[in-house]
Amino acid sequence: MMKFVAENLERIEGVANYPMFSLLLFFVFFVTLFVWVLTTSKSHIQEMSELPLKDDQQPNPSEP
Amino acid sequence: MEIQQFHYDNKIVQKFLYATMLWGVVGMLVGLLLAFMFLFPNLTDGISWLSFGRLRPLHTNAVIFAFVGNAIFAGVYYSTQRLLKARMFSDVLSNINFWGWQLIIVSAAITLPLGYTTSKEYAELEWPIDLAIAAVWVVFGWNLIGTMLRRRQRHFYVAIWFYLATFVTVAVLHIFNSLELPVSALKSYSVYAGVQDALVQWWYGHNAVAFFLTTPFLGLMYYFVPKAANRPIYSYRLSIVHFWSLIFIYIWAGPHHLLYSALPDWAQNLGVTFSIMLIAPSWGGMINGLLTLRGAWDKVRTSPVLKFMVVAITGYGMATFEGPMLSLKNINAIAHFSDWIIAHVHVGALAWNGFMTFGMIYWLVPKMFKTRLYSVPLANFHFWSGTLGIVLYALPMYVAGFTQALMWKDFNPDGTLVYGNFLETVHEILPMYWMRAIGGTLYLIGMVVLIYNIIATIRMGSKVEDELAEAPALTRVSSKRQAGETYHTWLERLPVRFAILSTIAILIGGVVQIIPTLLVKSNIPTISSVTPYTPLELEGRDLYIREGCVGCHSQMIRPFRSEVERYGEYAKAGEYVYDHPFLWGSKRTGPDLLRVGGKYSDNWHLNHMYDPQSTSSGSIMPAYQWLIRNQHDRSNIEGKMRAMVTLGVPYTEDEIAGAIANMDAQATQIEKNLYNDPEFARSYEAEKQEAAATGSPFVEMRDREIVSLIAYLQRLGTDIKIEGKTISQNQ
Repeated sequence: MMKFVAENLERIEGVANYPMFSLLLFFVFFVTLFVWVLTTSKSHIQEMSELPLKDDQQPNPSEP
Repeated sequence: MEIQQFHYDNKIVQKFLYATMLWGVVGMLVGLLLAFMFLFPNLTDGISWLSFGRLRPLHTNAVIFAFVGNAIFAGVYYSTQRLLKARMFSDVLSNINFWGWQLIIVSAAITLPLGYTTSKEYAELEWPIDLAIAAVWVVFGWNLIGTMLRRRQRHFYVAIWFYLATFVTVAVLHIFNSLELPVSALKSYSVYAGVQDALVQWWYGHNAVAFFLTTPFLGLMYYFVPKAANRPIYSYRLSIVHFWSLIFIYIWAGPHHLLYSALPDWAQNLGVTFSIMLIAPSWGGMINGLLTLRGAWDKVRTSPVLKFMVVAITGYGMATFEGPMLSLKNINAIAHFSDWIIAHVHVGALAWNGFMTFGMIYWLVPKMFKTRLYSVPLANFHFWSGTLGIVLYALPMYVAGFTQALMWKDFNPDGTLVYGNFLETVHEILPMYWMRAIGGTLYLIGMVVLIYNIIATIRMGSKVEDELAEAPALTRVSSKRQAGETYHTWLERLPVRFAILSTIAILIGGVVQIIPTLLVKSNIPTISSVTPYTPLELEGRDLYIREGCVGCHSQMIRPFRSEVERYGEYAKAGEYVYDHPFLWGSKRTGPDLLRVGGKYSDNWHLNHMYDPQSTSSGSIMPAYQWLIRNQHDRSNIEGKMRAMVTLGVPYTEDEIAGAIANMDAQATQIEKNLYNDPEFARSYEAEKQEAAATGSPFVEMRDREIVSLIAYLQRLGTDIKIEGKTISQNQ
């Protein structure tokens, strides 16, 4: 199986395009990441960041 | 909305905490023993299973997988339940996870000292244990993802993402690095050879640091630091950027462990580039952790928990600044193979992992046992003893690394080495080894104080019970994106899709590096004079692996004038094509051995193994006397050769059929060579006669282990020496 993949990989044309592809990959990855982060609503961010602090509320055993 | 009541499983957390403390002491004790063996090399004289080479992997495995591993599980099992508002998916799976992991640790603690090792760093365990690790790891992931699916909290907190990425990535790393062909119940050969094996190993080794020692602990940091400081994380937005950029970039950086080696240059440069980039996410995370304490620094003065955490995060910051610096080729040229690396990893392990674990234990135990900490002054004592221990450990090792590396590279005006004798450079740093041992002792004393303090706390407290909690049930929401829901918010509630995306993020880097090296032939230039090992050499190589020689001796001469002058022609990728596994090593406590073949006589090697100090005055190498006494079991040579054939080593059928005869002939020749030394001839003949007189069994020298090892050592690096000339290219 390895040989099969090897032969095909060796025949790849336009290996020169790889650097441009990498640049695009990173550009898109990080731009998307920042768009995600910056468009998230403030209230959601606040709610999420307070999650660890909210888990200690003990229920009142007398309540059903 | 229906309010549901349920119980958090605290007992499983308690079990993992106990295991953390137990294995912490064991791992650190072994480390301390090793530190003292630098000063008293024959401390465990004659006991093969307590020899340095076999204990070193036990120390690293115990600290990483037993101490830190159990701490990860303890923290993950505690925080996951609370962040998802659900009990762990299955108590049975939790317990399989716990007992399975302890069983793996015990089997490691037995097999490693007995010499069963693959020799690949942090992946030394042999194939049956590798399978068990995979199984238990899958159980852990199953339990984790199962809990996510049953959660009562719609969105995942960032800590959960780190846990999920840890699960996915460690699984991928472990499987691909452990691909090995078994030849017997506890012996296997790596399917990769030489340069390729090195690349896969350090892709694994580097990312084991990333995804076992870093990402789970970052998850713990994002949970326990806000808990201990009682305020939310400084910036949740930053934590999103931290997570995705860290896992995306980390996976590419592995080749920085192989700079100036025979690895192709493009892969080395890729590793350097990504290592430099790693500063950004790492420091983003560190700053996020430290700034969480803004306005709460007064609490750090009084709370031992926060003290430990602050030093832990600072240690993380130092180690992740140092890592990229060490990846620069000019710095790596000095640091690699030296004690600088030992200092670097211990800042990570002692400060980041150790102190974060201690902070977590001091916070968790009083909470779970519903009491307060038995003694704050004792915890403060632990803090200072541990901190001083780290300083006393790391600083001397930095000095030792610098000093020795510069001595290795020092030339006289006439072009000869100033310190031609390797031992001179070792003796120079012995005082540093003393200080390191003292630092380690202080750190261990702190650990013992922690255990006393925790036992006393537990005695004061009440029994750990499953904790009652309640939360509204999660209403079913379509997995489609809701109106007004942004992409990431949507993703944050889809565990499976989240896991797949993180997997893709980590796979890209691995694929880009590894596939070309495995497949493109021009990356490994072949050298026609390089031939497979003879059967006896192959058996000798297995002894070299068994004794853990690779822990102190490299087989990788970098293309520097100083190294070529000291050791001989620099290493070529084509020389390693039959090395399953590769044995380049990562530390030179002793000299490089790549070209040791033919350098000394067979007798020198025998005397050296019997009593290293007799041939090399002041050597800190321990004696390996059992190699000289023990008969060598070479019965499986045909099986081993067949396994090698499967892996692509060109042994012919005739060679395999004649393996025994071939071995006997080569061993007899070495025995004959040994008779050149009249001292050997006299004592060996006397031993033989005595055995005959008393009728006790006698093993001929040619059948003993040392002869195989000599055969291997004398072969090392000789393939490219033809008729007295060294060829550096295929001709």
